[in-house]
Amino acid sequence: MRYVLLMSYREPAEGEISEEAIAEAMEAFGAYGRALQEAGVLLSGDVLQPTAATTTVTRRDGGLRVQDGPFAETKEALAGIFVVDVPDLDAAIGWAEKCPGAQWGVIEVRPTATALVNGEWTR
Amino acid sequence: MDPLTTDDGGWPGRCRPGHEGSAAEAAGLAARDSYGRLLALLSASTSDIAAAEDALADAFERALRAWPSQGTPASPDAWLLTVARNRLRDHWKSAQAQRTFPLDGHQDSLTHTDDLDVDALPDRRLELMLVCAHPAIEPVAHTPLMLSTVLGFTAEQIGRAFSVPASTMATRLVRAKKRIKAARIPFRIPGADELPARMASVLEAVYGAYVIDWATTGPQARHLPSSEALHLAEVLARCAPADPAAHGLAALVQLSASRAPARLDANGRFVPLSDQDPSRWNAGLIERAHEHLRAAHARGELGRFQLEAAIQAVHCARRPGGPTDWATLLTLHRVLHAIAPSLGSGVALAAVIAEVEGPAAGLAALDALIEEAGQRGRRFQPARAARAHLLGRLGRREEAVAAYDGAIDLTHDTAERQYLQHRRDGVTGQRGDGAGGSAVRA
Repeated sequence: MRYVLLMSYREPAEGEISEEAIAEAMEAFGAYGRALQEAGVLLSGDVLQPTAATTTVTRRDGGLRVQDGPFAETKEALAGIFVVDVPDLDAAIGWAEKCPGAQWGVIEVRPTATALVNGEWTR
Repeated sequence: MDPLTTDDGGWPGRCRPGHEGSAAEAAGLAARDSYGRLLALLSASTSDIAAAEDALADAFERALRAWPSQGTPASPDAWLLTVARNRLRDHWKSAQAQRTFPLDGHQDSLTHTDDLDVDALPDRRLELMLVCAHPAIEPVAHTPLMLSTVLGFTAEQIGRAFSVPASTMATRLVRAKKRIKAARIPFRIPGADELPARMASVLEAVYGAYVIDWATTGPQARHLPSSEALHLAEVLARCAPADPAAHGLAALVQLSASRAPARLDANGRFVPLSDQDPSRWNAGLIERAHEHLRAAHARGELGRFQLEAAIQAVHCARRPGGPTDWATLLTLHRVLHAIAPSLGSGVALAAVIAEVEGPAAGLAALDALIEEAGQRGRRFQPARAARAHLLGRLGRREEAVAAYDGAIDLTHDTAERQYLQHRRDGVTGQRGDGAGGSAVRA
């Protein structure tokens, strides 16, 4: 079953995190990625750029609105996504526990309702 | 590999003399011993650990500059303590004067240090450890604080051991030290009414160094207890010689460490306890552990750590090719699970029941445990692995394969997963061998 691990944490200010800390985090994510890969559960992983790089698009009020920035300002922002294929929630929680982002943020574990695989929506 | 002593020759804190080899390692251990003793003495009166650390680091730096040219003093510890105390005095004076003044060079001329006998001063490290594991300090900081203050490891080294970024660990340590100072947590041995609970936290924190719970998946071998736990447990046993649990814990860590060389085979594959070659175990550590066990036994009290150590001792008593004394192990595990019940102790007990009374009895005990623990029981990887082993031994192959798959889903360590996959593949071909596996700490 597909689960999405949604990482959220407070965005650091420019220069708030040292080069060494960034290098460490990258190393931790590297190890995490290899572990997911070796276990054969990884479908995809993306760590996002800061919300400053976000563009929000909507038509829900009628006309097209393209807005600079996120649709809602929050203290903690979505920072990355891992999609894993594991048998059950226990296994998904197990991987969320190991995610480096859990050290400084929160990980939401959400089962996928339906996913686009090879151009087809799965059930 | 020992994550804390990989690249600095074992010197504490910011002091790195830059030499290598086993002599340096021995010197490093001695330096760690001195570091903790001196830091405890320097911070005991004010509870200001950060200021004491700065003063001591400064003293070590001066030593590195002065000793090569002037020669090593007769009592290096006395020299370091005197310089650090002078430095602290300057710190307080400047704080009182609300301004900083330059260091007075003459204060550091150290004409009288040979009169100072550090060994005659009380060892305040137990008080320091009690402060580190004080109830007002969040438990997650207890073990890192001890590694930082008693052994002088840097936030970077401790962070590496716990797989936490150095900056996160540094913040945690700084916050805890500020709290100790601000709340004035006293350096004292509590009274008899309070002491048992306080010592329990200290023991727990030292135990925490032994079973560092890797928070992330890394290339680290999670099963290897490392020298920092050995050293911390040894310091505690020396500082609290009358506490049987301190001896028990030291024995436990030593016995477990003694088997480290046999835990991986030549191909780096995980070797379960029952398959390990006893001739590869460290006899010196086993001997030292038995001394601690005798010391613990002499106090005539039975506790969790003594029992865990006794269990390890029974395993270590197996000779090459010889049998394991399962009957004794069963008694010990039953008592352990009765006085300190946990999921881990329950799974280990079930595995031993399987050895003595057969796999069906072991499985019944295990299923009862999992049922009772509810969701936590179902998510406990060692329980799933043990269940798979037992089903395999009972010849319930389909169930065993499913149980192995369930265990593999919760295994994040590649070597251990490969071992479980190997066992699962074996079920379809032949009967399993031994129920121990990862249920009993290898």
